[in-house]
Amino acid sequence: MRNAPTDLGSLIPRNRAIHPVPYDPDYKTSVPRSPRWPLLSLDSSVTEETGPTFGHNMLGPYDNNLIANFSQGERLAIGERIRVHGRVLDETARPVANTLIEVWQANAGGRYRHVRDSYFAPLDPNFGGCGRTMTDEDGYYEFMTIRPGAYPWPNRANDWRPMHIHFSVFGSGFGHRLITQMYFQGDPLIDLCPIAATVKTRSQLDRLVAPLDMARSKPMDYLAYKFDIVLRGRRQTMFENKMEGM
Amino acid sequence: MQGLEMLQETPSQTAGPYVHIGCIPTFAGVNGVYPQDLGLSPIEDGAKGEIITITGQVIDGTGWALRDAMMESWQADAAGIYPGQPGADPAVTGFCRFAADNESGEYTLRTVKPGITQARSGAPQAPHIAVWIVARGINIGLNTRIYFEDEDNSADPLLKRIEQRPRVQTLIAKRTAPGQYSFNFVLQGENETVFLDI
Ligand SMILES: [Fe+3]
Repeated sequence: MRNAPTDLGSLIPRNRAIHPVPYDPDYKTSVPRSPRWPLLSLDSSVTEETGPTFGHNMLGPYDNNLIANFSQGERLAIGERIRVHGRVLDETARPVANTLIEVWQANAGGRYRHVRDSYFAPLDPNFGGCGRTMTDEDGYYEFMTIRPGAYPWPNRANDWRPMHIHFSVFGSGFGHRLITQMYFQGDPLIDLCPIAATVKTRSQLDRLVAPLDMARSKPMDYLAYKFDIVLRGRRQTMFENKMEGM
Repeated sequence: MQGLEMLQETPSQTAGPYVHIGCIPTFAGVNGVYPQDLGLSPIEDGAKGEIITITGQVIDGTGWALRDAMMESWQADAAGIYPGQPGADPAVTGFCRFAADNESGEYTLRTVKPGITQARSGAPQAPHIAVWIVARGINIGLNTRIYFEDEDNSADPLLKRIEQRPRVQTLIAKRTAPGQYSFNFVLQGENETVFLDI
C-alpha cells in the first residue's frame, strides 16, 4: 500500500547563495566537515514536504522563560533580562503558524552548561540555557531570557563569539528545518567573528542581527529585541494537481 | 518594474558544539527543564512492521568520527504512509533525534522499517529514512537519506539521478544481522555520502 501524493505543495528550491559557505578556512572546523562533491538537487517529494508537528499542549509553563525554567520558577538566573520576540513567515510571506522554536545559549558570563565547555566563567546555578516556544496562528512568538555573554573559542589565536542565541525552527515539512543564530544590534564582535563571516553577503548577515526594540520593552523590568525568521516557501498546489492528471 | 513580493529564507548558521543543550538537553546533562527530550523514539509500542536498528558513525574528511554530531530522521510507517496523513500508523511518530556518542562517536537509530512511498511524479520511492545532520563546523544542515540493501532500490527516482553509479552505495545501509543495519555518514573524502539539495 502506498500513500497518495501529498497535497501540501512542493518546496521552493533553496537559494544557497544567501546561506553561509560550507567550506571556510577561517572557521577551521568547517574544513574537514564540508562535503567536496556538489549536492544532488531534486524537486521535493512527500518525504521533504511532510514533517513532524507539535502541539502547544507539549509546552510547560516555564518553557518559554529561560530566566526561570531551570528551577521551574523557584529561583531566577543572573543577567540582563530581555524579551525576544518576532514572527516566522515563509518566502511567500505567509505566517508559519504553530511551529516549534527551540533556543539555546550561554549564560550571562558566556559559559554553557555542557560537558565540553571548560571556559572559566562560572556556571549560574539557576540557568540551564535552553528554552522553547511555538508560534501562534499569525506566526508570532516570544520568550524571556537573559542576554548571553560573549565567549572565547579555540579557532584562530584570539577568536570570540559575539553575544548570540541559537535558534532551531521546524516549519511545516522536514525540508524546512533550519538552525541559525541571532546576534545583538551594536555588538562589535559580530564583525570579527569567523562563524558570522561564513555568511558572505553583508546584507544577509545583517538579517541575523536583532534590533533593540524599546517599544516592546517593559520599564524597570526588561529590554526587548526583535528577531523575525523566514523559512522556505511552497509552490502553489492547485496548478500542480491539475497537471498531474494530464 | 514591479517587485515580486517574495521574502528570502533566513541564513543558516552552524548548530555549534552545544546543539545538544537546545535540542536534547537531557542527553546533554541539562536536567529538569523538560520532562523528556523531544524525538527520543520514532515509534511507540505496537508499531506495525519490522523493528530495525541502524548503527554507524559520522566521519569527517580525515577519517575521524565526530563526537558532537546530532541527527534528525523522518520517515513513513511500514505501509509507506507519513505521520499526519490519512491511515498512518498511530504508533509511528516518524521523527527521531539521535546523537553521536561522546566517547565512541557511534549513533544508534531504532525504528520501524518504512514502506514504499510515492514521489510527486507517481513513481514509487524505495523505502528510505530522511536524515538531517548538524554539528560544529557544518554551516548549513546536511540532508541525506538511508536506503536498505535488502530492498529493491532499482526504480527509486532519487537513486536513479546519481550519475556516478558507485556513489549510490553511499546511501544504502548494509544488513549485518536480522533487523540490524550499519550506515556511516561520510562528510568528505573517499566514499563521501551523497548529500541532497531538495
Ligand atoms: Fe554558541
